[in-house]
Amino acid sequence: MKSSCCASDQHFFRWRVFVATLLIIAHCGTFPANANETHQHGTRKVAAQHSSGSLSQSKFTWPTSQEFLRVLSLQDFTVRVVLSGTVLLGLCAGIVGTFMLLRKRSLVGDVIGHASLPGIAIAFLVMELLHPGSGKSLPGLLLGAMISGTLGMLCTVAIHRYTRIKQDAALAIVLSVFFGAGIALFTVIQDIPSGAQAGLHQFIYGKAASLSTADVRLIASGSIMVILVSILFFKEFAILCFDEQFASSQGWPVLGLDILLMGLVTGVSVIGLQSVGLLLVVAMLLMPAASARFWTDRLRPLAVIAGTMGALTAGLGVIASALFPRLAAGAVIVLVGSLFFALSMLFGRRRGMLLRWSMTAQLRQRVGRQHLLRALFEFGETASTENTSTNAEPLAPIKFETLLGMRSWAPRQLRRILASNRRQGLVLQDSNGSYGLTPDGMREATQVVRNHRLWETYLIHYADIAPSHVDRDADQIEHILEPDLLNELERLLAAEFPNRTVPPSPHQLN
Amino acid sequence: MPKHPSLSPENDHPRSAPLSIHDLTVAYHRKPVLWDIDYNAPAGKLIAIVGPNGAGKSTLLNAALDLVPKASGRICFFGDSYQQQRQRVGYVPQRESVDWDFPISALDVVAMGLYRKIGWCFPISKKHRQTSLQALQKVGMADFAGRQISQLSGGQQQRVFLARALAQNADLYLMDEPFTGVDAATERAIVELLRELQSAGKTALVVHHDLQTVAEYFDEVVLLNMRLVATGPVDQVFTKENLRKTYGGKLALLDQVGHRMKIGHEETP
Repeated sequence: MKSSCCASDQHFFRWRVFVATLLIIAHCGTFPANANETHQHGTRKVAAQHSSGSLSQSKFTWPTSQEFLRVLSLQDFTVRVVLSGTVLLGLCAGIVGTFMLLRKRSLVGDVIGHASLPGIAIAFLVMELLHPGSGKSLPGLLLGAMISGTLGMLCTVAIHRYTRIKQDAALAIVLSVFFGAGIALFTVIQDIPSGAQAGLHQFIYGKAASLSTADVRLIASGSIMVILVSILFFKEFAILCFDEQFASSQGWPVLGLDILLMGLVTGVSVIGLQSVGLLLVVAMLLMPAASARFWTDRLRPLAVIAGTMGALTAGLGVIASALFPRLAAGAVIVLVGSLFFALSMLFGRRRGMLLRWSMTAQLRQRVGRQHLLRALFEFGETASTENTSTNAEPLAPIKFETLLGMRSWAPRQLRRILASNRRQGLVLQDSNGSYGLTPDGMREATQVVRNHRLWETYLIHYADIAPSHVDRDADQIEHILEPDLLNELERLLAAEFPNRTVPPSPHQLN
Repeated sequence: MPKHPSLSPENDHPRSAPLSIHDLTVAYHRKPVLWDIDYNAPAGKLIAIVGPNGAGKSTLLNAALDLVPKASGRICFFGDSYQQQRQRVGYVPQRESVDWDFPISALDVVAMGLYRKIGWCFPISKKHRQTSLQALQKVGMADFAGRQISQLSGGQQQRVFLARALAQNADLYLMDEPFTGVDAATERAIVELLRELQSAGKTALVVHHDLQTVAEYFDEVVLLNMRLVATGPVDQVFTKENLRKTYGGKLALLDQVGHRMKIGHEETP
């Protein structure tokens, strides 16, 4: 199970690299050429708006403190408008992204985003043909994006379903074909001399600042619809994502639900076109959900956290891009999102890396301590002539070198363990430099050795493990024995362990 | 829930049998997996489906549940189509079929067995949670209701799947290798559960791998290797001769035909 999950991650990664390469090639190949062409045609300003421009041209300036305050206190009407639009987008992208993440269809959002490019171009051309000058009306462009995005999505479903081509290949094919067609159409549009096409490129990289009140109203109604559908079909999407086969056996229309879910993704992509752009809309879908997964193990909280994180990401991103208007809004939003992701990955309460590290470190420390205590105890046991197992007197002191020879531990490691146990008052060092157990240490060591021998005896009696091998096997388990397991062991071995003391070792001590 | 007449052990009326299969053939990419299966499952019995790897045991269940397309044949549940009788059929898929890292608790997985009853868009109510918890109790997993499913052992995960089918309170249970990779405690729990189901008049069809325990756990056996080798009560059918027929080598002719079909398919695109 674990391995398959890792394999799919790896798969996903390889995929991403492939797609990224493809995109870089596409972009390098097309855009600079376009920029030159537009210069030649004499259409002004267009180039500056969309081309990446040379470094010397761009003037990156820090905002003044006045501007800073102005933006942060949301005094600008436009900032407020843009903010409300993108926050809603972030919210619904987070929720829908949760399902895509769990369905292991993270890249579908990317495909739909890219597939909407030809739709935008065609919608523009059609509208220009019908009513010259109306080519950039947003509802029309978004409708075009939606249609071609949906078409792209249906193509992946169809290719996957009716051919033997695997899902990842189907996604790659559809993505590149649609995006390529879109780029080609954009090149055609570039050659139109009217100049009406200026700013159309903002759909690729996003330009949140250009949202008007009407746009935001459109975005808001779209977002609310997406959110409502997600809430309404939450249970159905959950069963679809968790166990498609079972869902199907129960009579849930799996294909229909799948298409509905992908429809939501199309909705989010289209809504996000203007603010984050079609290249990066996948990040809005994916990153909040992936970040939220570090914080919870339940579906409902996951969706809520992802939605909140998406809204926060979008909000902060818009504010940041208002402060640095020369940076593409989509990029800024995604960078803010990656900050959230990094923080979640490190500090996540459920699966964050710090949590894992500290748990591993704690276990390692406990194991080290138990090994040390047992070594000290067993040394004392063999050093004294009579059986000291019932004897609670301090055991013979032991030299560092002897201790080092008792287990396969590195000198530094042993020194560290000794130091930490001295700090905890379990081990003491006498004037000769030899080590011994304190009364506290003795008590704990007795318990540790008892657990170890209980487990050894159990292995010999119940698991048929040879006494010569039993030490090693017991060594791995004893550190994670829980109280209820110990009680069970004591019950099983009551006859051999009449009182709570340490029995003799079942094998030769070295 | 309608009373069904098929509860009597002497089942003379195959049309109302819990599961009746007529002339079923299933092919994956034109390679036949099941040939011409005809079978009527007797009501109120524990039935094992036994056969070597690739014999089509899981496919038989999946075809019955409309999860894979049938090349030909007809399958009836309680004398009716599966669509009509879905609620009376509980399905326990293979444990490996899902991602156990999914962010969901054991109780919520069990509640999925009730989703159909809850209906479109309605939320899971307290009553449904109660039913789910009772189902978990039946498999001895009530203490783990709130656990995230990845924190359960393999056997516990299997029991969660069983509980999900139990919550549905079906009359026929189809289980795909519930005994694979489980601990002794789970195996015991599943056997007890099967007996309980049987004494409540229910039928269970279980894909089973361990030939040693067939006679101990089951009343009836279906020996399958792409076609039906034998079916009937364990003491009559589960013989050395039949087992040899089931496991003794691949069915050379069928294999060859399948291969031809495949080659023909690829040569004439």
